[in-house]
Order: sequence, then C-alpha cells, then structure tokens
Amino acid sequence: MSAPAEPKRAKTPTLHDLRALTQARIALGAHGAGLPTGAALAFGLDHARAREAVWTPLDAAAIRESLRAQGLASIELRTTVADRAEYLRRPDRGRTLNPDSEAALDGLGQGFDVALVIADGLSATAVALNAVPSAAALAARAAQAGWSLAPVAVVHQGRVAIGDPIGARLGARCVVVLIGERPGLSASDSLGCYITCAPEPGLPDSRRNCISNIRQDGLAIGAAADQMEALLRAMMAQGTSGVGLRRESLVGPPAPSLPEA
Amino acid sequence: MAYATTLEGTRFTFPDLRGLLAKATPERSGDQLAGLCAEGPVERLAAQIALADLPLKTFLAEELIPSDADEVSDLIARRHDARAFAPVASLTVGAFREWLLSPAADAAALAALAPGLTPEMVAAVSKLCRLQDLVAITAKRPVVTRFRSTIGLPGRLATRNQPNHPTDSSAGILISALDGLLMGSGDAMIGVNPATDSLPDYIRIVELLETLRLRLNVPTQHCCLGHVTVAIEAMGRGAPVDLVFQSVAGSQKANAGFGVDLAILREAAEAGRALGRCPEGGQFMYFETGQGSALSADAHWGVDQQTMEARAYAVAREFDPLLVNTVVGFIGPEYLYNGKQIIRAGLEDHFCGKLLGLPMGVDVCYTNHADADGEDMDALLTLLCAAGVNFVITVPGADDVMLNYQSLSHHDAVFARETLGRPPAPEFEAWLRAVRITDAQGRLAGASGELPPALEEASRLLPGRAA
Repeated sequence: MSAPAEPKRAKTPTLHDLRALTQARIALGAHGAGLPTGAALAFGLDHARAREAVWTPLDAAAIRESLRAQGLASIELRTTVADRAEYLRRPDRGRTLNPDSEAALDGLGQGFDVALVIADGLSATAVALNAVPSAAALAARAAQAGWSLAPVAVVHQGRVAIGDPIGARLGARCVVVLIGERPGLSASDSLGCYITCAPEPGLPDSRRNCISNIRQDGLAIGAAADQMEALLRAMMAQGTSGVGLRRESLVGPPAPSLPEA
Repeated sequence: MAYATTLEGTRFTFPDLRGLLAKATPERSGDQLAGLCAEGPVERLAAQIALADLPLKTFLAEELIPSDADEVSDLIARRHDARAFAPVASLTVGAFREWLLSPAADAAALAALAPGLTPEMVAAVSKLCRLQDLVAITAKRPVVTRFRSTIGLPGRLATRNQPNHPTDSSAGILISALDGLLMGSGDAMIGVNPATDSLPDYIRIVELLETLRLRLNVPTQHCCLGHVTVAIEAMGRGAPVDLVFQSVAGSQKANAGFGVDLAILREAAEAGRALGRCPEGGQFMYFETGQGSALSADAHWGVDQQTMEARAYAVAREFDPLLVNTVVGFIGPEYLYNGKQIIRAGLEDHFCGKLLGLPMGVDVCYTNHADADGEDMDALLTLLCAAGVNFVITVPGADDVMLNYQSLSHHDAVFARETLGRPPAPEFEAWLRAVRITDAQGRLAGASGELPPALEEASRLLPGRAA
C-alpha cells in the first residue's frame, strides 16, 4: 500500500462500481479460482431458498383458514401424484384429479362464472405468501362484476393444467389457476396466474393466458388482479382464451410466455 | 424383429429395436415418463446383454423412425459412408465398445470412422459404456474447428461467455461480457440468449457484441441466439452476424416444434457463408441440443431420449458447425431427475457428438427443481475436462439471471485452466496475456474488476462515457 500510486485513470469505473446495471453476479472477486467465502455462501443460501420452495409441502389448512377469514369458501383436492418426488417426475399425474377429489367436486354443483384454483406448483413459498391475497383481490372484483364464484379449489401436487378438469366438472365459464412458479435464485416466491376460458381436459397451453411474477418485488397483487379481471371480461365477451383472444381492450402489455410451472 | 436373451432360465424378450435400445438405457426419468424404460436393473442388464450381441450393421438394415416419414432418418441414411464403416462392419455393439477402448482406435482411426457411424450406433454403444469408458474413448477423439479462434485442440478448453440480461439491456449485457472477459472467458464465443425474439433487438445485440469485439480486438466470435429465421432476416439487412444459431432435435416433428427444418437451416448456412466473415475453411454454425426435447414436443416416436439426442447430432453434422453443445440439465427433472442422471447424460452427449465428428461442448447446468447442485456440476466439469470437451458455458457467479438456471461460473473456467491445466484457444490465450488479464504463466493477473490499461478502449462503451 505504500508504493507510489500509478497515474490515475480516475474516470474509468470498475465493474464493481457498475453492478447496478445488471442483476447478474458480476465483479465477485476471486481467490485463485475460488469465490470469496461471502459470495459462495450467498449463492448457497439462494439455492437453499429455492430448493425449500420446491420441496416444502403445501399448507392447505392454513390457506383455507385464510380464505375463510376473507369470506371465501374452499375445497381441498388432490391429484394422482403420490409424493413430491413423483410430482417432479410425472407432470402428467399433476394434471389429473384423484377419484375422491372428482367426487367431492361433483357435490358442489355446476354452472359458475369463475372457478378459482390455488395449486402448489413448484413453489409452496409463493403460494403461502401470495395466493390468498390474490384470490381475495380477484373475488372482490368478481363480486363487483356480478360473476358467480365457485368455492376455491386448493390443490396438492398440481400442475397448471389441473384447472382444466376442475373447471370442467364445475361447469365454469373460465378457470383461474394461481400456482407457484419454478423458483429462480433471485426470487423463489413468484406466483403465476393462468386463465382459461371453457376449460376441459386436454387443452393445449396455447389456450391459456398467463400473468407471471406476482410477488412483493414483482407484479403487485392489485395490478395482477386488475389484469385478471380484464382477461376474464375479454374471455367472457369473446368466448375464447389464449392465442385466439383479441387483446386490444386489455390493460397492460401481453404477458410473456413462461416455462410451465 | 424381436430380440431376446436368457439369464439363468428367465427369458427376456424385446419386441423391436427401439424397445431394446430403450430398455438398455441407464435409468433416467424421461424414459420413465415416456413409459419406455426397463422395469428394473435386471431387465436393463438383460437388454444390455442382448444389445451387446447385436451386429452393428443391424442399424443400417432397420430404421428406428422410417425415412419416408422423417427427414432426419432420411438424412442419416443418405449420408452414411459404407467405406468409412468397413473397419467395424463385422463387429457387434459389444465388440465395437472393446475396439473403441483399444489402442487401435486412435485419433486418426476415429476421425476416419466418423462418416461411417450413425447416431443409432453411437447411442447403442454408449449404453454399454460406464462413465470411465465414455471419458477414455472421447479423450482420444479431438475435433478441431476454427473461426477467429481455434477450438478443440488437445489439452485445451474453450468457454462461451454468456452475458444474458433479463430485458436485453445493452449496458447489462456489456458489463456482464466484460466481467467474463476479465475472468478469461469467451474464446469459444460471446453468446447472448435474447429475452425477446424481435429483429431490431437481434440486430442491436449483434451490433453491440461486434463493437465490443472490435474495440477490444479480441480473437473470438459472437452470437445472438435468436431464432434462425430472425438471423436470416438480420443477415439480409447486413447485420454483423458471426455465428448462425439454432436449437435442433432428433426428428422432423421435433424440429418443426422449434420452427425449423433442414431446408431452413440450409438457407441460413448459405446466408452465413455469403457474409464472408468466417475465414476460408472455417466454421460458423452453432447448434444447441438436449435430451428430452423430442419427448417434450411429443415427437420421439417411442425412441429413448438419449438415442433421439444422438439423432440431433446428425442434423448438426450436416452443417459443419463451429460449435455444438447439449444444454444438459436445463430441461428439468422429468427428463433428467438428479445429479447422477445429468452427469451421465452430459458425458453420453459429449461421447456421441465426438464419435460422430462434432466439435462438442456442454452447458454444464441444472435447475432448482432438479435434485442437483453445484457439486454435481463440479464433478461433471472435471470429468468433461478429462474427456477433452471442446467448450463449456460460463456466466457470472453460475447464475443466469435471464434463463433462471445455474450454469458454470467464470470462476469454474479459471479452475479448469489453473488446476486441470486446460488453457484456452491459443489466439485467445495470447490475447489474454497481451492485455494482461493473465500473467506469463496463464494465471489471472487480478480479479478486481478493473479494466487493464490495454482495455481502456472498452471503457468508452460503458454508461456515462463518451463513445
């Protein structure tokens, strides 16, 4: 440190000074080929959070209690998936209801404007934090619009397309699926919303509209619920959803397509 | 035709060649999802024993997917070189494995054999190989390609510097690319996966990368990994496109899912050649592949995912690429469940690509819902370096903030250079020394994130500086 300073290139910022230009983990420093200990542990913590989000079971009882506090009736459903490891290996089984759940649904009657589904998907963390407030915000808009709302289906080990058999059994005009998105290292609490008009089993993903990244530091719940309402209005007017839905009357830009949760 | 073997009085039968290959495949979740896998380890071994006795030339007589329904099968059949195949024509799959391991299979013999091999043959023999076999055989088979840098020379490891940004911000891409260069990454290419797929963004990104390359005078090539039809349009408008990229798969239907066919790829290759940026005798095409892509497109024809992956290499081989890599752990746990499956798949893909004559690299990577972590990637990188992989992909801190998965970090490339003794491409190695990113021994000179004096030019590209 006592060596005379080299001629200054004071105007040249270091990459460290410019870290705000990207979320990428730049200018970490290195010791040989190794990361500084702090950076290594920070990465480990982010990965641990993401893994926890994937592997934590859905706390359906807590979600149903919160829904009840918001004045929303609910029903608890299961897919044909046996456990989390099977869920990850067999996306097909996460799209099918088990027979007991089918029977339970049939007891609810038919002919709702909107069926609302909360499924764990790939992040129980996202569902625990963001699903009930999103459901309540949508329910308030549905009540204002005069739409009938089916009891909220809370689904263990569900994929996006589980909304199709649920919506079909309820005879719903549209189904809204709130589901945990695949966690990244930077965010493990993103909720996705997939909306389908005239749901029936076997629909392609191109029949869905998606609103993604619903979380505290992403798309705010109120704004997301506004988008859901606008999509539902358009779907009910046009009788379709997905790539065939004309979007000119909708708020906000078209949602990006996402890898399936 | 049915295949069978008897083990201690129990007869195992396999009704066709597809089924035999699938049941002989080491366990992976994608084949389980497709309902193709062996019922257990004994049935798998029975299939492997039957496969070992299968004459290699069976694959020339019996197509897994009919040529008249699939242009990839047609391509494989049309391009097969019987004369090159002759040295191994009389072998069974099991004897072929032994020949590959023997000293007779040296670099020259393997290079001469490549046009005589089909994807099905190399996939079949890989199913009889343990990891060490896959490493030992591929370590004997360098495949060298060249644009501004020479990639795949024995004992060297190149890297794709992947400076992705969630919204394709020019400043964000630039900073990330510089971060990688300062860690010595980028001799295979500087390649951006765009978040959007619009023509203006594609052109903006390649122009940005071209400016960076020229300012730094860095001997590498760049790529925006947009859809090949966007690249064709951009080339038509004179954009500075170094590498022409496309994802490809092992059947016509799966390629249709990617929005391409052989004719579109041919058009793209002709357009790239016409730009004249690549030196005479060099290569400029770039392909990515990955096990499971055919199944996810419902286009696997009842063929196991590893054999479908090898068939994608027949597509790549048609276009004499500079670089090909499997994105091995990206697709998710329904295809490759855990670190063990990802590691094996990475080595299989590298093996099959190299035997078919491809300049094979690997994106050593995983997602957060796979049962894998950075330690699995440490193991795969080390094994791939032993196997002589042409290149790997590196991102800042192993975290791709656009694609939301974990690849290798630039630090991992430093590990490969300094601990495993794998220097980069010679032109890039000389550049790193000349601009003092590395010292005379090839070690990183410093990691403070400061631009060395020789890179002052690059600082003018940074935000807030005069261009």
